[in-house]
Amino acid sequence: MIRVELIKLARRPRSWVTILLLCLLPAVVAVFVAVTHVAPPPGQGPALLSAVLSNGSLYPAAALAIVLPIFLPVAVAVVAGDAIAGEASSGMLRYLLARPVGRTRLLVAKLIALVAFVLVAVIAVALTSYLTGRLLFGDKPVAVGASGITTNVIANSLSGTGLTPADVLARTAGAVAFIAVSMLGVGAIALFLSTLTDSSLAAALGALAALVTSGVLVALNAAASVSPYLPTRYWLSWLDFFRQPILWRDIDRGFAIQAVYVVVFLAAAWANFASKDITS
Amino acid sequence: MIVTRALTKRYGQLLAVDGVSLDVREGDRYGFLGPNGSGKTTVVRMLLGLVYATSGTIEVLGQPVPQQISAVLPEIGSLVESPAAYAHLSGRANLALIDASGSRVHGAAWGSRRDRRRRVHEALDRVGLGGIDDRPVRKYSLGMRQRLGLAAALLRSPRLLVLDEPTNGLDPRGIHDIRSLLAELNAAGTTVFLSSHQLSEVEQLCTRIGVVDRGRLVLQDDLTALGGATGRVIVRSPDADRVAAVLDGRVAQRDGDRLIVPDADAAAVNAELIAAGLRVAEIGPERRSLEEVVLSVTSSGSDQFDGAPAAAQRPTVADELAGEADQ
Repeated sequence: MIRVELIKLARRPRSWVTILLLCLLPAVVAVFVAVTHVAPPPGQGPALLSAVLSNGSLYPAAALAIVLPIFLPVAVAVVAGDAIAGEASSGMLRYLLARPVGRTRLLVAKLIALVAFVLVAVIAVALTSYLTGRLLFGDKPVAVGASGITTNVIANSLSGTGLTPADVLARTAGAVAFIAVSMLGVGAIALFLSTLTDSSLAAALGALAALVTSGVLVALNAAASVSPYLPTRYWLSWLDFFRQPILWRDIDRGFAIQAVYVVVFLAAAWANFASKDITS
Repeated sequence: MIVTRALTKRYGQLLAVDGVSLDVREGDRYGFLGPNGSGKTTVVRMLLGLVYATSGTIEVLGQPVPQQISAVLPEIGSLVESPAAYAHLSGRANLALIDASGSRVHGAAWGSRRDRRRRVHEALDRVGLGGIDDRPVRKYSLGMRQRLGLAAALLRSPRLLVLDEPTNGLDPRGIHDIRSLLAELNAAGTTVFLSSHQLSEVEQLCTRIGVVDRGRLVLQDDLTALGGATGRVIVRSPDADRVAAVLDGRVAQRDGDRLIVPDADAAAVNAELIAAGLRVAEIGPERRSLEEVVLSVTSSGSDQFDGAPAAAQRPTVADELAGEADQ
C-alpha cells in the first residue's frame, strides 16, 4: 500500500508543480540579490540572505529560510489535507477500504507518502539553491560567530571562525532535518483535519489557520506563558546550526515539541479515522 | 451469503435503518429495492464495513461483520452509489492502482504483481472496455465510468457482488450488456446483490427481492411467488359494450375497450364471448406487476418510486418560496 501511495503522489502533476514552485522562489530571490548586490542588512529580511553575498554555499540555508514561513507549510498542508479528504471527495475512499485496505494501513501509507513529499521538497529546495548559490555568489570561506553568521568579512576575521565546506554541508543537513520534522508537525495537524472532513481545502486551510494562530501568539508578549508549547515557536531555531558553537538548546526543544505534535495529532487522526462511518 | 439480524443505524436523530433482517442465499440474484433515501445505501455500506451499525448483527459469507471484515472483503466486488476513479489517470492505470491496493491481506497475497496486467485487461474486457485507449478518466462518459467501476468490482473474481445502482448513466444497450454480464456471472456461481430504486431493472434481473421503506424491510420473497395471478381476467375487445352486456353484472371495471372480469379462468370467459359471436382482441389472466406489489407494501406516496423521490420527500425550493410569499 505504501508503494501505491508513493506512486499516486508521484503520478500527480500537482506534486511536481508544487516542488518546482518551491525551488523557483529562492532562485528568483538569488537572481535579484546577485544582480543588484543589495542584500537586506543582517537581522532584517530572510535570515542569512546578507551572508550569501560572500558565500553561495550558504544559499541553501537562506533559501530554506525564504520558503519556510509560508510556501513550505502551505505545500505540506495541501498535500496532507488532501490525504484522506481527497480520497473521500473523489469517492475512492470507499473503494479502497472495500478492497480491503485496512484503515490504519491506509493512514500509515498516507503518512509515509507525506514524509516522502516533505523530504523531497526540502531536499529539492536545498539542492537547487546550492546550485544557484554557487553559480551566482561563488564560495569564499564562511565565517561564523556566536551571534550567527555576519556579513562583514573583516569583523568575521576578528571574532569568527571559518567553516569548512564539510561543516557547511553537515550543518545544512541538520537544518534540512529540523525543517522536515517541523513540516511533519504541520502535516500531522492537516492529516488529522483531513480525517474529519471530506473537503481537502477545509483540512489544508484549517492547518494553516492553526499555524497563523500559533504565529500570532508566539509574537504576542502577553501569550508568553503558552508560547513554548506552540508549533511555530521553534521553527527558526535551525538557524542555530549556523552559530559557532552550535546552540543546541532550542534545536532540541524544537525537535521535542514537533515530536509531541506529530504523535498527538497522528493518534487523534487514527482514533477518528478507525472508528468513523465512511459516508462519502 | 448475507444474513443480517435487526440491523439498525441511527445518525443522530435520524433513524436511517430500522431493524432490517436480510437473508440473501448463495446463488441468489437479490434485488434490494427502495426509494432514494430509504436506507438502501446505508445497509450496503454496513455490509461492506464502511459504516458501523448502531445495533444488530451482520454476517457476510458466514463471517461476522465488521469483526472479520478483512477476511470477507477480498471475496466481494462492490459498486457503492457511484463509480469513482482518479480523474487524471487512465482507466487502465486506475485499475492497476486498485489492484495493487490491498493486494496483501493479513500477509497473504491476492494475485501476483506479474499477473496484474492480465487481470486488468480481463476485467476491462468483461465490461466492454477492452479496447479503451489511454485517455484520462476525466474524459470518460458517465456510462464508461460506470463500466470502469464494474471492472474494478470484478478484478478479483468475487464470490459476491454488491452493486448499488450499477446501470446508472448507461444507455439501453449498456443496461442490456450489464444485465447479461450479471446473469452470466451469476450462472457461473457469483451471488449478486443489486440495490436499486428502478423496479424494471430488478424485475428483469433478480430472482428474489427485498423491499425497504423508510429504513424498514417491508417485504422479502421470491419474485415468482410475488407475481401471482390476481384471480381476475382482462379482456380487450372492439365490441366492449356487448361484452359488458353478455357478462352482465360480472364486469368489475371498465376502461374504454378494456374490461376486468373477476374470474379465475380466462379460457372459460373467452369461450363464452366467442359463443356469443363477439370479437376478442386480447384476453388473459391479470397478474400483479412488481410495481403493484411494491406499492402495496410501501406506505408512502407512489411517486416516491421511479419518479423524483427526493422532491416528494422534501419541500422543493419553489414550495418554500411559495410558502414565504403566503406569509
